[in-house]
Amino acid sequence: MDYNELSITRLKDKLESGEVTSVDLIEEYFKRIEKYDNSIEAFLTLNKEEALKKAKEIDEKRKNGEQLGYLAGIPVAIKDNISTKGLKTTCASNIIKDYIPPFDATVIENLKNADAIIIGKTNLDEFAMGSSTETSAFQITKNPWDISRVPGGSSGGSAAAVASQMAPFSLGSETGGSVRQPASFCGLVGLKPTYGLVSRYGLIAFASSFDQIGPFTRNVEDAAIVMNVIAGYDKMDSTSVKREKENYLDGLKNDIKGLKIGVPKEYLEGLEGNVKSQMEQSIKTFENLGAEVEMMSLPHSGYGLETYYILAPSEASSNLARFDGIRYGNRSSNYNNTEELFVKTRSEGFGEEVKRRIMMGTYCLSSGYYDAYYKKAQEVRTLIKNDFDKAFEKYDILISPTTLSTAFKIGEKNDDPIAMYQSDKLTVGVNIAGVPAISIPCGLSDNMPIGLQIIGKNFDEAKILNVAYNFEKEINFKQTPDLGGVK
Amino acid sequence: MSYKTIIGLEIHSELSTNSKIFCSCTTEYGGDPNTHCCPICLGLPGSLPVLNEKVVEYGIKAGLAFNSNIANHTKMDRKNYYYPDLVKGYQISQYDKPLCEGGYIEVDTENGKKKINLTRIHIEEDTGKSIHSKDGGTLLDYNRAGVPLIEIVSEPDMNSPEEAKQFLEKLKSVLQYIEVSDCKMEEGSLRCDVNINIVDEETGKKSTITEIKNLNSFKSAVKAMEFEQKRHIELLEKGEDTVRETRRYDDLKGETISMRTKEDASDYRYFPEPDIVDMEISNEWIENIRKSLPELPEDKMNRFIKQYDLPEYDAEVLTASKNLALFYEDTVSHSVDFKTASNLIMGDILRRLKDEDMEVEDMRFSSKEFADLIKIIDSGKISNKIGKKVLREMFEEGKDPNKIVKEKGLIQINDEGEIEKIVDETLDENPESIEDYKNGKDRALGFLVGQVMKKTRGKANPGIVNKLISKKLNS
Repeated sequence: MDYNELSITRLKDKLESGEVTSVDLIEEYFKRIEKYDNSIEAFLTLNKEEALKKAKEIDEKRKNGEQLGYLAGIPVAIKDNISTKGLKTTCASNIIKDYIPPFDATVIENLKNADAIIIGKTNLDEFAMGSSTETSAFQITKNPWDISRVPGGSSGGSAAAVASQMAPFSLGSETGGSVRQPASFCGLVGLKPTYGLVSRYGLIAFASSFDQIGPFTRNVEDAAIVMNVIAGYDKMDSTSVKREKENYLDGLKNDIKGLKIGVPKEYLEGLEGNVKSQMEQSIKTFENLGAEVEMMSLPHSGYGLETYYILAPSEASSNLARFDGIRYGNRSSNYNNTEELFVKTRSEGFGEEVKRRIMMGTYCLSSGYYDAYYKKAQEVRTLIKNDFDKAFEKYDILISPTTLSTAFKIGEKNDDPIAMYQSDKLTVGVNIAGVPAISIPCGLSDNMPIGLQIIGKNFDEAKILNVAYNFEKEINFKQTPDLGGVK
Repeated sequence: MSYKTIIGLEIHSELSTNSKIFCSCTTEYGGDPNTHCCPICLGLPGSLPVLNEKVVEYGIKAGLAFNSNIANHTKMDRKNYYYPDLVKGYQISQYDKPLCEGGYIEVDTENGKKKINLTRIHIEEDTGKSIHSKDGGTLLDYNRAGVPLIEIVSEPDMNSPEEAKQFLEKLKSVLQYIEVSDCKMEEGSLRCDVNINIVDEETGKKSTITEIKNLNSFKSAVKAMEFEQKRHIELLEKGEDTVRETRRYDDLKGETISMRTKEDASDYRYFPEPDIVDMEISNEWIENIRKSLPELPEDKMNRFIKQYDLPEYDAEVLTASKNLALFYEDTVSHSVDFKTASNLIMGDILRRLKDEDMEVEDMRFSSKEFADLIKIIDSGKISNKIGKKVLREMFEEGKDPNKIVKEKGLIQINDEGEIEKIVDETLDENPESIEDYKNGKDRALGFLVGQVMKKTRGKANPGIVNKLISKKLNS
């Protein structure tokens, strides 16, 4: 099977026509994992036995003509901060390195109800804090396009797994761009849904008011398919929004003539390599498709990173407090009293980046600094939201590059956290505002993929997917990583 | 020198909802450790809290009963601190927008009625429980984690431990009346913290406020306040001051002990709980809850005065607790005399309950059985004194009074002939008492009556015994 044959849509056809069985498929994917993952290091935990068992069941059911779920027999890889019942969920952290959740996240329940098969858990930046998947306590995932480069982060494992053809699709999570940025670095489609559209129940929180689960797929249609399965109201998540379930495949292929597109000028500053010229090319593509493209402004976007790097660590400092050595088994063996138990367990269990953010967050929330940092940042958050609201009064969607540059080298930004944080510059605004956005490949720069970001207003996933679909068809991006070079 | 005491209270009361504040686990007391738990109340990674609407309703109910303003817009906040039994490393509580603000509770003082103002009432989750084992280990039971609480904070409006006690009693009574909490202190469903200091009224000098934490009975609360009051005054008199600290009360020693000084005041890093959306509370909802409120103690007392023709004192005592009032009303519904019932309840029953540290609902007999007892006494079948004996029996054995009277042969002897025989027998046996009486020692009469009662095991009608002995001695 060639690369583009590995989309959900194509696999579904093959399974339904009997060309392959689910067991064949699972075995095929594990073969690829055995072949490539030593070099890519995308997976933290494999679920081979369970996956094959499930595949057999599904094949049996299919043979008997029983009703099957929409993703029946299709493999999926899951970012290791999404709880999977009975399957280790580590957040790539030593502090819960052996934690096995007793329950499934709602998205996992949804995938299981659709008969998708979980083949493994993928690497991430520890507790999803990072932009390169280098802060994982266990391994550094490589970019399948060039293994000397990072796959992006924090969902780097999920992106690399799909890009290296070890899974047809995967789930990641976003707090500041952690699906779109690795999608961009790895030449994939990555969608960050509207806050509240996909249940967060079971997603181990980084920053609750930003976090959202999103899919990595090979193409836009697949993203729509996955959204059909994972989106929807969940009574277990108080921030989940009660609304009619939507079919994201409906209207996907409609044309986009007359579409009003805004390009935030602030998002075009500091672009590297071919990113700028590709952006200009993309604008032309949209114009060819009959859309009206206009430069515009999101005046408060300059405060995005600062706002994000105050609010997200603040919430994180609280969300991570539960890992205190009392529960979850991992505990310092060297303490004399309870306070020492807390301190030493956390000092030994958390990595440097996590500690840095806990410190920042604790500082920003502490009395005396709360007003100057947390509260101020909340106010700026409102301004940034208002920018988007105002923009969507005039434009159907906004477009920009997803990242300033293509994937950087492993180790390149490790000693400079601020430079690392800059990787999220064009993605954080979306998370701050809670609106949806997708990244799709739009070209190459030095043989590394470049992502185009399409941003919509709240709950306009269908529109974003429709726009992305048209764009994808028009540019016909077919390049794939040369896995022959992967050792 | 004259000193003024200043007391403010913070009361935590467990709400009697069936399920916990953020999940559907039971709130039932007891159960094997860690059996009433799910991923949410254990705060497992990835689990999310969803606010139980009943908790908000109960909070509003309490606010209305205490005359508070109910917020139309409220939210939950996180209070961050480390404690082994705190599952998430933070407690979900309310900070700057509590569910209820203001309000008051009226108490009786030497100088008449006094309003004690409330600062706020808010809702929050309870934490787990640490159990310290003998070998120095700590065991954790999370059954209580996520049980809903309301915290009621008073203004420092109380000026004596007595006023504080009245406040606590009134508060408990109202919470029980509106059925938002059973206020069982022994099960930890009502806990109280005290803030206390003293002002020298002449110099205006104030002692530094100390906090006494986790008082789990009214008795220890009062004792702790009295101890602190004395300690503060003594220090002031010595020209010293108390320090800002948290103390606990040692019931056995009868004194408070410093737990920690407040110098390293905790910074709870409160911020809005991002996992729970803000709440809009409509006036319509508030009004519906207001309409559902039951008769409150004050109204019940006034009704008792009118309906049962009781003195104000009786009515107040009987309505101080919802269950006592209910017991009284059930009793008199069996057509017994209102005042007799009141007297027996206020006297014998309340004394007994207090001695045994029991609640009305723990009594082993019904209001019907109690009404039967009153009827037996009123009919003259047994004396008041035997009646009290039967009541004691009922407390212990929980038996039907008719059965007790029958089984123990306690029916009063009203037959003059029968009594006269015993009187004669007694007089024969006690010639010296007759002599004493004739020499003017009136006590002898009482002794002789007592002897007759003893012989009849209290069953002889004391009026008749008295009458017969007086007659014979004077003849």
